[in-house]
Amino acid sequence: MDALDLTLEYITSDIFFRGAQMTLLLTIISVFFGIVVGLIIAVCQEINNKALNYIVVIYLWFFRGTPVLFQIIFVYNVLPQFGIELSSFSSGVVALALNEGAYIAEIMRAGLQSVGKGQRTAATALAMREWQVMRYIVLPQALRVIIPPIGNQFIGMLKLSALVSVVAVEELLLVANQAASSNFRYLEALMAAGVYYLAFTTVFMFIQRHIEIWAKGSRKRDLANVDVDTLNSTEHMETR
Amino acid sequence: MENDIKTSPDAIIEAHQIRKSFGPLEVLKGVSLNVDQSKTIVIVGPSGSGKSTLIRCFNLLEIINAGTILFEGKAISGDDKDAWKTRLDIGMVFQNFELFPHLTALENITLAPKIVKGISRDEANEKGIKLLEKVRIPEKENSFPDQLSGGQQQRVAIARTLAMEPKVMLYDEPTSALDPEMIKEVLDVIQQLSQEGTTSVVVTHEMGFARRVADRVVFMDHGEIVENAPTDQFFSGDVSERAKLFLEQILSH
Repeated sequence: MDALDLTLEYITSDIFFRGAQMTLLLTIISVFFGIVVGLIIAVCQEINNKALNYIVVIYLWFFRGTPVLFQIIFVYNVLPQFGIELSSFSSGVVALALNEGAYIAEIMRAGLQSVGKGQRTAATALAMREWQVMRYIVLPQALRVIIPPIGNQFIGMLKLSALVSVVAVEELLLVANQAASSNFRYLEALMAAGVYYLAFTTVFMFIQRHIEIWAKGSRKRDLANVDVDTLNSTEHMETR
Repeated sequence: MENDIKTSPDAIIEAHQIRKSFGPLEVLKGVSLNVDQSKTIVIVGPSGSGKSTLIRCFNLLEIINAGTILFEGKAISGDDKDAWKTRLDIGMVFQNFELFPHLTALENITLAPKIVKGISRDEANEKGIKLLEKVRIPEKENSFPDQLSGGQQQRVAIARTLAMEPKVMLYDEPTSALDPEMIKEVLDVIQQLSQEGTTSVVVTHEMGFARRVADRVVFMDHGEIVENAPTDQFFSGDVSERAKLFLEQILSH
């Protein structure tokens, strides 16, 4: 059989399609819980509580200091000894999400800190309470900083998810590897998997680009109305 | 000393022997000052003399370590969960404007009235547009802060503070971050408000403005009030040596 035909056959086969679905599912669920974990960590970092701060430091130290592969195998093989038995899919998601949370926390923190202290003070002086300052001043601006890099995390996670093949989750790479090892047609199997990966990352990048344009553009809705004099006179203000 | 507070019938803010430290540094060393209803006080003094800290204590952005601050005869000092209620009555304008960059000029003005006071959107907008007219930039209602010059931004910031209808306006070096050609447009607005009877406390280095607008001039140095005199007397030279020296330095250029 011709290489191209076999590749096409793989791409359209049920087993590859399900592998691709699994990869997409792993990615979306892991990033989702990663965001939840990251948010909790970021808030714990902002709160002035020594015990919480230490827990967060140890968490970040562990999850950034060890390979993701190590973490996946750890969750799958070691946790059962402590009575926590998870399916291979759940183990993969738990490890990926906990790992992802460590990185997303940093993105969230950068977003929250992108809103200057002066603005928070001004809002406070306008008699807003703390939650109102958060809701109306900090979060709307922080989101514009947070959302674009989270798009990047999706692309990263799509590739990272291949690692859970090590605990026998039937995701795209495992499917391709299994298909190839039965007939040694690695080129075709990997090309089929590659097409899926590239298709997904292309779609993610496309979405991310649009989100970035939104994040940058929504503030400049009516730039067209501005006269040039005003723009010139404000230029030096921004570099201040 | 502490319980020997004289309440004056004209005073809206009475600060009595207030002290404030940042770590080991004592920034206010027992400051007493009355702010009278409908009057304008200008506070001058060298950098680091505690001027800004003093007015930031009035709206509880800083919490004093000792002393008392009365607002309309009621003590506001101490860290108070209801601090925001005090801030409803005491508005502040900042050196760096601190407009919210994600909101238009009009939205900057209407946000707090809407979410803090619960005023309807239409009413807030109508009032906001009137305030923009008052600060003389009605055409900028849909502009974002980064599309405005410094002087325009500060005037929006003044309108934003006025929208809450405070009983006292505090200005923390409102023109220090502005280019010289924009200082006048901001000072003119502050002067107009003052002449309309808005109780104002202005920390500034603009001595010409102080002479024109102030009812009293307060000179601070090293965390103390050195001089607190009616404007005419302050500029006539009938003041302490330290105040004289400061005036000579600041007026000589």
